[in-house]
Amino acid sequence: MSRTPSNGKISSGKPSSANSRTIREVVFVDGVRTPFGRAGEKGIYAGTRADDLVVKCIRELMRRNPSLPAERIDEVAIAATTQTGDQGLTIGRTAALLAGLPRTVPGFAIDRMCAGAMTAVTTTASGIGFGAYDVVIAGGVEHMGNHPMGAGSDPNPRFMSERIVDPAALNMGNTAENLHDRFPAITKDRADAYAVASQDKLAAAYANGQIQPDLVPVATMKPGQGWTVNTVDEPPRPGTTVEDLAALRTPFRAHGRVTAGNAAGLNDGATAALLASADAAEELGLPVKMRLVSYAFAGVEPEVMGIGPVPATEKALKNAGLGIEDIGLFEINEAFAVQVLSFLDHFGVADDDPRVNRYGGAIAVGHPLASSGVRLMNQLARQFEEDPGVRFGLTAMCIGLGMGATVIWENPHHADYGTEYPTTETGAAA
Amino acid sequence: MSAADFRKLAELFPNESVTHSYVQDIELPLVDGTSPGTFALVTLDNGLDHSKPTTLGPNTLIELGTVLEGLRDRAARGEIVGVGVTGKPYFLVAGADLSTVKSVSGREQGLWMAQLGHDVYATLANLGVPSFAFINGLALGGGLEIALQSTYRTVSTGAGALALPEAFIGLVPGWGGVYILPRLIGPEHAVKVMIENPLSNNRTLTGPQAFELGVADAVFEPADFVEQSVAWAAKVIAGAVTPARPNAVDPAAPEVAARWAAAVAKGRAFVEAKTSNASPAPRKVLDVLEANRTLTQAESAELECETLADLMQTNEFRSTVYAFLDLVQRRSKRPAGAPDRKLARPVAKIGVVGAGLMASQLALLFARQLKVPVVMTDIDQARVDKGVGYVHAEVDKLLAKGRISSDAANRTRALVTGSVSKEAFADADFVIEAVFEELNVKKQVFKEVEAIVSPECILATNTSSLSVTAMAEDLEHPERLVGFHFFNPVAVMPLLEIVRAPKTDDAVLATAFELAKGLKKSAVLVKDAAAFVVNRILLRLMGEVTAAFDEGTPADVADNALRPMGLPMTPFVLGAMVGLPVAQHVQESLHAAFGDRFTVSANLQTLIDNGMKSVWAPEKGPDGKPFIPAETLALMTFGTAPSTAEEVLRRTQDALAEEIGLMLAEGVVAGPEDIDLCMILGAGWPMFLGGITPYLDRVGASERVNGRKFLAPGVASEPA
Repeated sequence: MSRTPSNGKISSGKPSSANSRTIREVVFVDGVRTPFGRAGEKGIYAGTRADDLVVKCIRELMRRNPSLPAERIDEVAIAATTQTGDQGLTIGRTAALLAGLPRTVPGFAIDRMCAGAMTAVTTTASGIGFGAYDVVIAGGVEHMGNHPMGAGSDPNPRFMSERIVDPAALNMGNTAENLHDRFPAITKDRADAYAVASQDKLAAAYANGQIQPDLVPVATMKPGQGWTVNTVDEPPRPGTTVEDLAALRTPFRAHGRVTAGNAAGLNDGATAALLASADAAEELGLPVKMRLVSYAFAGVEPEVMGIGPVPATEKALKNAGLGIEDIGLFEINEAFAVQVLSFLDHFGVADDDPRVNRYGGAIAVGHPLASSGVRLMNQLARQFEEDPGVRFGLTAMCIGLGMGATVIWENPHHADYGTEYPTTETGAAA
Repeated sequence: MSAADFRKLAELFPNESVTHSYVQDIELPLVDGTSPGTFALVTLDNGLDHSKPTTLGPNTLIELGTVLEGLRDRAARGEIVGVGVTGKPYFLVAGADLSTVKSVSGREQGLWMAQLGHDVYATLANLGVPSFAFINGLALGGGLEIALQSTYRTVSTGAGALALPEAFIGLVPGWGGVYILPRLIGPEHAVKVMIENPLSNNRTLTGPQAFELGVADAVFEPADFVEQSVAWAAKVIAGAVTPARPNAVDPAAPEVAARWAAAVAKGRAFVEAKTSNASPAPRKVLDVLEANRTLTQAESAELECETLADLMQTNEFRSTVYAFLDLVQRRSKRPAGAPDRKLARPVAKIGVVGAGLMASQLALLFARQLKVPVVMTDIDQARVDKGVGYVHAEVDKLLAKGRISSDAANRTRALVTGSVSKEAFADADFVIEAVFEELNVKKQVFKEVEAIVSPECILATNTSSLSVTAMAEDLEHPERLVGFHFFNPVAVMPLLEIVRAPKTDDAVLATAFELAKGLKKSAVLVKDAAAFVVNRILLRLMGEVTAAFDEGTPADVADNALRPMGLPMTPFVLGAMVGLPVAQHVQESLHAAFGDRFTVSANLQTLIDNGMKSVWAPEKGPDGKPFIPAETLALMTFGTAPSTAEEVLRRTQDALAEEIGLMLAEGVVAGPEDIDLCMILGAGWPMFLGGITPYLDRVGASERVNGRKFLAPGVASEPA
């Protein structure tokens, strides 16, 4: 089996989904995000609306891509885990209207908890591939200050009575402790060391100016303080040491391993990306930062949801006809250090492998649930540009209630981009 | 000087609602890979929600001035590269706190207030680094002057209203606006903003209009206005962007001197036409503008301060604040004597008896504003068709002008129907008559309507001169009748006189007030007395002038005698506009009710009998002035006791003071404030008269006639 990027042209004047159907290539044109904030009254986004955060991202995408006529956007898919209040009312549509996109541009809301934005990307990308869309905006938002995790949810009592899901699995920290149980080799020390490295890598990336270009400034006003403009992430704690982390309490289990230091925090933030068919990108003069190769979602036991990226990645590699050794860059969401380490152990990748999370990860920068997927893509896209020697990269994340998501991308800056690549049969190297 | 030196002034206003100046340091975004540096952004915020605008008083200005002085020091130390000023959502600043300014007592305090503003704004203009105003919302008067005093300005497309309304308020844009604006946007545009707009119903500019004129250097949308403004400021500071300012002028250039003079002259003609120069402020604005072309900014500032100090002492200014703030903005929102609104009944269908012009205007207004079905009736199908046709044609005009959408036009047209049978009123909740002004006709109409409608259906009359009490006499349910008196043109005039007859019940009255609110009219509760408020006062005034004319006063003397009041039109022109027969009809009613205070002119009757539409000829004479054609003159007879203009004016002042004194004694309205509100909203009388009673107080008529003033000192005059 072999796959090549399609060179087939579909003129924009003809119906794109018709009797003689061709699958169309999907490209990642651009992505931006707000600086992430710490959830809560002291956070930078206390008093700021979630939908306004999305609006800033959409408008920045439009400003950064002036050759894109707004009326050419065929869909706006915005994810949010809690879809009430300022994240309710079909946020993809409301954000499109609030951003000043033409009324002819539709939108919808999407939810797959932590993989919300990632699912917004894959869902709309599928629509592009199918010919339903030429250009889309996909993103996500979570204002965890306004919407604490699980707020307003009403779990079915059958989960407990029929032992479908251990109620403890609804608490993500518990599932991370469970993962430590399953993989005794992943110690608290390893998790803390990984977390410190995440902080250090993010600080270095900031110093190198690798984070800032994809941030959209957000003006906020608080009582008694006046307007300010937020241009950097609030969660990072640069300079954190393993000693600092060793001193933290383990809130989910007495003498446990999971702490606030080796897990992502509770955060506010939004992301948005522009995707297009390869043809539309060419027609409209839009840049191509990545080509979508494959994606997959997979379910696991909810009690160890952090292992989800493993089967999702195996599936995505199989879909792509690639092996793990073909992946030159990993952007994996750091909900918990243990969850990343279990992934790395599974695929035989070292904790400090330079291919993994070069700019640090969610432990440092934060994880506003449904928004994070596009952050991973933004960073992978930038690393592709910096590193044209890498042909394939992967974005992956674990998802509450026991799921994983993986999207594999090709680097358009690679010398062989656009040519056939050799494929493996198994799709997994482990 | 420093802002803190003005503490003695601030201490006089301990209850000021202070707008605070909060500072945040912002690292400016990179421009071409380089960081321009740190920017200090000042937010003006009173900590209250959007229903409480931010305003400028002495305490506010001192805080802002002190903050700016601190930033000036930081700029000198090289810590900041620019300063921005913006406001809480929807407001930059609504301008000076007029209640505070009105209560300034004595010229010296007024002068301090003027100097304080200049001191603070001068700091803003001379920080040592560029200053930027981000006009995020409403910016009026001193609020807009903060922006003008800044080096650069951005404006939001969502900014509600930008204006220098001082000429309207009774002041001058004396915190630098009158100096900076003509230089920034050219003298012609400056006269438009400082004179023509304020004197045209206090018109304001939108954000995009302000940008178009050159008031602002850049315009951004509201969704990320602050972010984009800061990014723009970074580019300006880095030298990557230089605003073009195509309308800016150099006052020293000879061709600009000519333009300047022409603009001032045009402004003076405009003021004369609009106000007869009856209020000093607009003239003073032009005086300062004319003078400052050759002045330095500091010299102009001194002139501005002296002028402001003078004007703050005028009763025209105080009357305007009373009329504008106390009456139009406050009292009109809470009508005196209106019953509890909870008593109001829903109105889901309206009947209009009659399909003439007034009835058709009412039907259109009800359908557009209340969005309920409106049915008009008349005695034959042709009249009904004409009335409905009028409404449809008006809707089409609104549609053509883009004032309403085609869906809204369809909806409004569908709401208005006609019938020759009053059976169509069977399910109406409110039926208003607009038939001929004849008591028996109206009583007959209501008798027929009452036989059809439910017992709760409210009946209303738009009569301007008949007794509502008499109309209710033979009704089965007299408690349901209320007077609902509109002013012409119905769509434009904001006043509604709601007339309570002795038996009108509270639920009916409450419903009438809620309807008025739904119609976006300001309602004033009046007792059932002949001609109610506005027409009684207007006809008393017209009667005095006409009587002087009939006695032998030359027409131009009589008709122009009231020019010092600055009324919107002369009495003869008003009579022609209302229609001489209508005016005469109401005058007769008033004469019947009140006797010789309302004299019925035989000369006017002769003109009416001969089909004349006006005292004056339809066109002006060869000298550009109105004249009376010889054939008109020949019809009339005159006495031999001519008056001077001064005598006519004084006689009219005294007549008005007498009539209003009687109206208050009769309890026609709750107080002189309601008389004033009625004259402002129903007759368009100028705010610098305060409506009318502040004027009668200040010219001495109230005391001459009634032995006392209508209003306490300080209400619309110098504080005691």
